[in-house]
Amino acid sequence: MPSKITKKIPLAKVSKLSQEIKRLIVEMGYRSKSGETGSALCISDIMAVLYFRVLEINPKKPELYDRDRFILSKGHGGAALYATLALRGFFPKKRLEGYRMDGGTFHLHPCTTAGPGIEVSTGSLGHGLSIGAGIALTMKQDCPLKKVFVLMGDGECNEGSVWEGAMFAATHKLSNLIVIVDENKFQGFGKTGEVHTMDLAKKWAAFGWDVFRTSGHNLKELEQMIIKAKLSPRPAVVLADTISGKSIPKIENTLLAHYFIPDDETYQIHGKKKRL
Amino acid sequence: MRHDFVKQVLVEMKKNPNIFFLTADLGFNALESIRDKFPDRFINVGVAEANMIGVATGLALNGKTVITYSIASFLTLRCFEQIRTDVCYHNLNVKLFGAGGGYNYATHGVTHHTVEDIAIMRALPNMQVMCPAYSWEAAGATKAALTTPGPTYMRLSKNPGTDFSQSKWQFKIGQGYEIKPGQDIVMISTGNILDLAIATAEKVESVLKKKVSVISMPSVKPLDHKLILTKTKKARAIFTIEEHSLIGGLGGAVAELLLSSLIRPKLFKSFGLPDHFIKNVGNRDYLLDQAGLSANNLSKQITSAYLKYF
Repeated sequence: MPSKITKKIPLAKVSKLSQEIKRLIVEMGYRSKSGETGSALCISDIMAVLYFRVLEINPKKPELYDRDRFILSKGHGGAALYATLALRGFFPKKRLEGYRMDGGTFHLHPCTTAGPGIEVSTGSLGHGLSIGAGIALTMKQDCPLKKVFVLMGDGECNEGSVWEGAMFAATHKLSNLIVIVDENKFQGFGKTGEVHTMDLAKKWAAFGWDVFRTSGHNLKELEQMIIKAKLSPRPAVVLADTISGKSIPKIENTLLAHYFIPDDETYQIHGKKKRL
Repeated sequence: MRHDFVKQVLVEMKKNPNIFFLTADLGFNALESIRDKFPDRFINVGVAEANMIGVATGLALNGKTVITYSIASFLTLRCFEQIRTDVCYHNLNVKLFGAGGGYNYATHGVTHHTVEDIAIMRALPNMQVMCPAYSWEAAGATKAALTTPGPTYMRLSKNPGTDFSQSKWQFKIGQGYEIKPGQDIVMISTGNILDLAIATAEKVESVLKKKVSVISMPSVKPLDHKLILTKTKKARAIFTIEEHSLIGGLGGAVAELLLSSLIRPKLFKSFGLPDHFIKNVGNRDYLLDQAGLSANNLSKQITSAYLKYF
């Protein structure tokens, strides 16, 4: 039986879900007194569009072979993945309480055995694309209608292994492989454009990929571009323009966003569940 | 040995349509038969070892058994983190076959000398480490690797001149083989340096008039604890010989076992490659000699150590 196509939740509802993902990220960071908040917040809209509009998956049968695959290659956005999987019904929201806690459930970086729906254990940058290419290679034959999505960071594109994978995917015409690059323009210790010259569109195109550009926060545009990428006859990359630390004004577009540990004030405004 | 590996791979790939073969652009005059027979399951991933391990991981996550092939130094060192995090962390059916362990690519130079592979592969959880000496060990280890679950690393080198093994022996992961019986002194060797162990044993026997056992240990992890401890109980001295750094290889593994067991040998010494780069130019025997691994040198060291203690 093919996996159930994601029920098309109206975009307005997806927007609400995305807000809830962001709230859960702040709550998890506040509870565990841990950082990497900004790196998760900036992909929340992408995660919401993927899991509630695009991915053909069935939370009740997470290991069904005939399904889309999602790899969070930028594993430091793990909190966004866990919150999304919980909201999508892969596991109860209560599991999020063990995020980065002693004897808890989730590391910062995803581990496949930590919960259903985590396809690949990641955390070291530059691994996800080659793994995705290997998966896509078998799926071209075994379940040709399904796709492999790999979400990477723009800083991650510094890694040489990314470009080994990019060459491989183009050579093997892996049209079922879609990379989304979260272009938040910051990396570990500087702005991406300052650490490296970063014309990613030209680079991916030169490696034989179809390149699409979109806002990483406009849900409608994001979905349209991801669908275009899905239809592309070659491996395709969606460069998503995002804001590091999205939704918390005091850290938006700062290097600090990556390391920000939600404080009391941030928790009260952005993390606490509002009673309706 | 590469020929035995290829022959066995052809058999296993015919039996199991789920086996894929990836090479990082190596295999001229060796892998053509596999490529031609199984074009849909043979991929040259290019000179890109990290990508090879990543792609192998993706294939294995979807249920395939994947052979990865390159020169041993590149296969283990270049993409070590991919092996650890992608293959071992997920505990996948990815099998690493490295051509030319030790000094087998002698005159190619230090970049191609593989003298740390056993130590680093052995440190990885879930990884099995094989270092066969003879054709039958290589074929048996290849078959075992492709028919048992989990990651395996295997060194492929040149066969020693003479095969002293018994025809009834069957290869089993985690088993050692006593090539030459003896009870006073035990020499444990891994890989194709076995012929040096045998030559050394003969010299030691003629000087000391003691019986020297020689054990081939193609499986370094898991190690044949039972055989080593049984032999140690009766013997006065244990020696290990390997074409690998003295740090962390077979000698390290045997020492760890003996020190943590109640059975301690009176005399133990490991022989291997020194902790510095051997930059001398020459063939394998020449380099081994430069590193102190010759039958003359080893037998002298063993006899003098033995006479000092007993």
